[in-house]
Amino acid sequence: MTIIPPAPSAAARTGFTVYGVELPSRLLLGTSRYPSPHIMQQAVAASGAGVVTVSLRRENARSGAGQRFLDLIKEMGVAVLPNTAGCRTAKEAITTAQMAREIFDTSWIKLEVIGNDDTLQPDLFGLVEAAGALSRDGFSVFPYTTEDLVAAERLMAAGCQVLMPWGAPIGTGRGLANPYALRSMRKYFPGTPLIVDAGIGAPSHAAQAMEMGYDGVLLNTAVANAADPVRMARAFADAIHAGREAYEAGLMDVRDMAVPSTPVAGTPFFDIGS
Amino acid sequence: MQESVTAALGITVNGEATSTTAATLAELVESLGHEARSVATAVNGAFVARAARGTHRLAPGDAVEIVAPRQGG
Repeated sequence: MTIIPPAPSAAARTGFTVYGVELPSRLLLGTSRYPSPHIMQQAVAASGAGVVTVSLRRENARSGAGQRFLDLIKEMGVAVLPNTAGCRTAKEAITTAQMAREIFDTSWIKLEVIGNDDTLQPDLFGLVEAAGALSRDGFSVFPYTTEDLVAAERLMAAGCQVLMPWGAPIGTGRGLANPYALRSMRKYFPGTPLIVDAGIGAPSHAAQAMEMGYDGVLLNTAVANAADPVRMARAFADAIHAGREAYEAGLMDVRDMAVPSTPVAGTPFFDIGS
Repeated sequence: MQESVTAALGITVNGEATSTTAATLAELVESLGHEARSVATAVNGAFVARAARGTHRLAPGDAVEIVAPRQGG
């Protein structure tokens, strides 16, 4: 008898919906720090990401660098999620978001209000203030936040329909520093799209987030700084697929004591005392 | 006798002190060689939309930001 293995499930390859838009993938990828623009494009393609993050920076006179980068992004046919990276106040973030909306022609904004230079930790107070102002102004806000549930509630009340808690501080690659808090957040907001953003260093970290039931992960450095970013992008896509499949399949419960997997009944010699 | 309308103005552009004869933000953007559609602008911390640059008159001491798309995480 030939045993035919079932075809790999396509279910976990599909994405999720945020602000009424169905994303084709659960991976959102940054565009920064790649060895070259060409490798960045290849990595994005290999990752299957349907959304890439971008930024705004000061433009020198007669430079044209911004337009060249924009053309590069447009070639890839992916959605852009502009960020407010580096902003330290709600006011700076709001103005940056308004500039981003005009130039990238999108109301999506990855809202960052940074409160500490060493940890790049979100300033939750400024974040909530900016999220409210931008939501009222018609933006779809993707807030880069912590696992704090009170702040998360305030962000939702301010108009956010998605939350992006950090895994660990930006660029550290430490993975999910506080898995308990991230699990709590998932349980507390069962119907809200949740994306782990920042701190992901390895595909196993992304798989862990997906196994917890997170809807997506957003990462950059782990792929961009890999020796081979294109292969690493593929590795992340596979890990995210595996983690989501595992979540949907239903993971077993963790136990403290061993439980034999082989049936006990019929064990040879089991009734013979040692 | 006609008064000069092109007196140089002391402003900052992207944090650098400069002087310009541009009267409006649109003229400044053009004088710096930017495509109007390729940059976004703010003056004194407030966003100025592309369509409003032509009527936005510059004043001495204005802090102008001119930004463009870049890689981001």
